[in-house]
Amino acid sequence: MAERLGWGLRAFVTLAGMWVRVSWTYRTSFVVMSLASLVLTGIDFVAILVVFANLDSLGGFTLGEVAFLYGTTALCLGVADLLIGNVERLGRRIRMGTLDAMMVRPVPLFVQMCADQFALRRIGRVTQGALVLGWSLTRVEVAWTPARVAVLLSLLVSGTVIFGGLFVLGAAFQFVSTDGSEAANAFTYGGNALTQYPLTIYPAEAVKALTFVVPVAFVNWYPALFILGRRDPFGLPAALQLSSPVAALVLCVLAAVAWRAGVRRYRSTGS
Amino acid sequence: MSTRALIEVADLSRTFTVRRRTGRVRRTAHLVHAVRGLSFTIERGEMVGYIGPNGAGKSTTIKMLTGILVPSAGRLAVAGIDPSRDRVELTRRIGVVFGQRTTLWWDLPLRDSFDLLRRIYRVPPVRFRVNLAEFTEMLDLGDLLDTPVRQLSLGQRMRGDIAAALLHDPEILYLDEPTIGLDVVSKGRLREFLRRVNAERSVTLLLTTHDLQDIEQLCRRVMVIDHGSLVYDGALTGLHAEGAASRTLVVDLVDEAPAIDVPGATVTRVDGPRQWLSFPAGESAAPIVAAVAAAYDVADLSINEPDIEDVIRQIYSR
Repeated sequence: MAERLGWGLRAFVTLAGMWVRVSWTYRTSFVVMSLASLVLTGIDFVAILVVFANLDSLGGFTLGEVAFLYGTTALCLGVADLLIGNVERLGRRIRMGTLDAMMVRPVPLFVQMCADQFALRRIGRVTQGALVLGWSLTRVEVAWTPARVAVLLSLLVSGTVIFGGLFVLGAAFQFVSTDGSEAANAFTYGGNALTQYPLTIYPAEAVKALTFVVPVAFVNWYPALFILGRRDPFGLPAALQLSSPVAALVLCVLAAVAWRAGVRRYRSTGS
Repeated sequence: MSTRALIEVADLSRTFTVRRRTGRVRRTAHLVHAVRGLSFTIERGEMVGYIGPNGAGKSTTIKMLTGILVPSAGRLAVAGIDPSRDRVELTRRIGVVFGQRTTLWWDLPLRDSFDLLRRIYRVPPVRFRVNLAEFTEMLDLGDLLDTPVRQLSLGQRMRGDIAAALLHDPEILYLDEPTIGLDVVSKGRLREFLRRVNAERSVTLLLTTHDLQDIEQLCRRVMVIDHGSLVYDGALTGLHAEGAASRTLVVDLVDEAPAIDVPGATVTRVDGPRQWLSFPAGESAAPIVAAVAAAYDVADLSINEPDIEDVIRQIYSR
């Protein structure tokens, strides 16, 4: 098991490294695209700054706190998108009949899909998220205890895994319906857009859906409540604030099962 | 284990559910049997031709043998491995060439593609150098190694694909339409290469093709599939008898004459002094030639062997 995992990671680095070298031969394009990605993803945050130019708080949260929510979800989505987001190309590969070639190579299909056309320029989104998060940490008033630091680290890992799991679930669905990538994007990029703001601006039913149906509230909302020392505004149990790793694990298992089932029911194309 | 055949297929079937629109919104599901009840074994070192019309189930079979498709029913073992269950493990022991699509990386020069394959197949460096040198020489790849795959011609790309499929010393090489779209010279060289790979490296070959010359020049054994079932499995020579084909005796008489009447043959065509006599491919020509020569003044004789394409067409049409 550990050996297989190690091999998968090494193969990922080999394949992704090859794509990075290819993109590096077009250096200027790479730099421009990375900057463009940084700036474009940053426009969302500018919108938040504009809101705070007129208000002191949004849904009961200060600018620093909202920036913290924004930065964490942006960073988690950015890393998940960089490492795993490529699986959403699965449907296109199935339609073009190029998936078969991957299936006869000695690297797990999942690893090959993640590494295929690995685009380091997506680092732009990661950088932007990290910058906003870093800035927010200078603005929020948090008494940093070891528990809070641990929850912040666990937030970054669990949040990335949750977005990654959603990417994989969406991709697995493409084994059934090859043009399902739009539906999947609604959960990942859509989930990211929703969790950029304090969930107090949404109705309670929506928050329940984001907790128990598409669990993106576990990416940053619940751990952030713990870190910022807030009581749950919707009166939900405090235990949820420490449950992000559990949500991540459940999603991971679901995604793995769905992916395996998808591979087994793959039908290939004619000829 | 060692007594088992390299490829064992027993009662293998694969069905597909095809949904078709039958009304404005209503859709009905049909079961399509792409492969049904297929059984065969292939021994190490064989070179087997796998032929059949479009949609007969050739590619479906290859995809099950490589683990890409999961069988609906039946048993299947390749080198002792269940392909769909242990697909990734099996990949190290087989090579696959899809004639229609490259398995190489479109944007990379051949050399980089090969190097990447070396790393993901974990080919020992010495072995890799030996193989690469040999394939480069045999397939004349020297000038192409630094060209990106997308700039290669079809024939060049095919040579690159075949070298790529063999770099990790597979025991079995599957070729799906390897000569499709190639010119006569390229086809000839490719066949020569495959013959050498089989003879010198004892790689077992299974190739699907539309080009019966591939089979005639490469394979002692041929399997014919039609509508998902094997309709013939045996020596190429046996196909003639199986297809109830006929040979033709062409007789040039000294003078024009009415249709020749000898036992065992029927006249199919008369053109002046030349007559065509048809007789079953399995029968000897000697008694017919003797009977004709005894009764007529013969200027010349020749025998036309049946065209293998006709033979196969007859097998399909049954």
